[in-house]
Amino acid sequence: MLLHTTNFGDIEINDENIISFEEGLPGFESLNRFIIINNEGDNSPFSWLQSVENGDLAFVIMNPLVFLKDYTVTIDDFMVNSLEIEKPEDVMIYSVVVIPEEVSEISANLKAPIIINTKNKKGKQVILDNSEYHVRHYIMEELRKQGV
Amino acid sequence: MLVLTRKKNESIIINDNIEITIVDVQGDQVRIGINAPKNVSIYRKEIYTEIKEENKKASSGLSVKSLNEITEKIKGKG
Repeated sequence: MLLHTTNFGDIEINDENIISFEEGLPGFESLNRFIIINNEGDNSPFSWLQSVENGDLAFVIMNPLVFLKDYTVTIDDFMVNSLEIEKPEDVMIYSVVVIPEEVSEISANLKAPIIINTKNKKGKQVILDNSEYHVRHYIMEELRKQGV
Repeated sequence: MLVLTRKKNESIIINDNIEITIVDVQGDQVRIGINAPKNVSIYRKEIYTEIKEENKKASSGLSVKSLNEITEKIKGKG
């Protein structure tokens, strides 16, 4: 299908790549279908989570392991059942990124990762109980800490 | 809002399948036990609100071009 987007213009998307978020995302409960668009440029850590229902809406997302190598998400039985996860390898985890005017304050939300079962294209933004992870982890700072 | 008075160990039932029990009361802190079906999401409200607001901030319409510039900056500093 053809999707009209603000960021990418009119793009042809394959229905098979649409990820369904049954409950939407917190704050966007009525939007249930998204696609992932990889950012141009080699080795970019960022991708886009583009809404299929609202062409104006796209989130920047990233693989949190890029800046926090020991980031761990425990997926409970409920999650396994609701996303019908069969194997850990089928799961992709992304963090939602906030990019403020001051780029050095770019942050990722590790408290509420987006979990996607790549097999059946079901996704959910979950809120972790783990108190080590916060809504705002400053990426530049984390990278410096790791000496990457 | 419906307001009910409950004592320690008393419960309320919502919709046949959600049970909320007052487990303990200590001063202004109340411990609450919740029995609900697995598909009911339960969060502390302030955390849910925080996630909502963070998602709103994340959706503020950055352009692809800006993101590419930022990516270059980050790589430069890496």
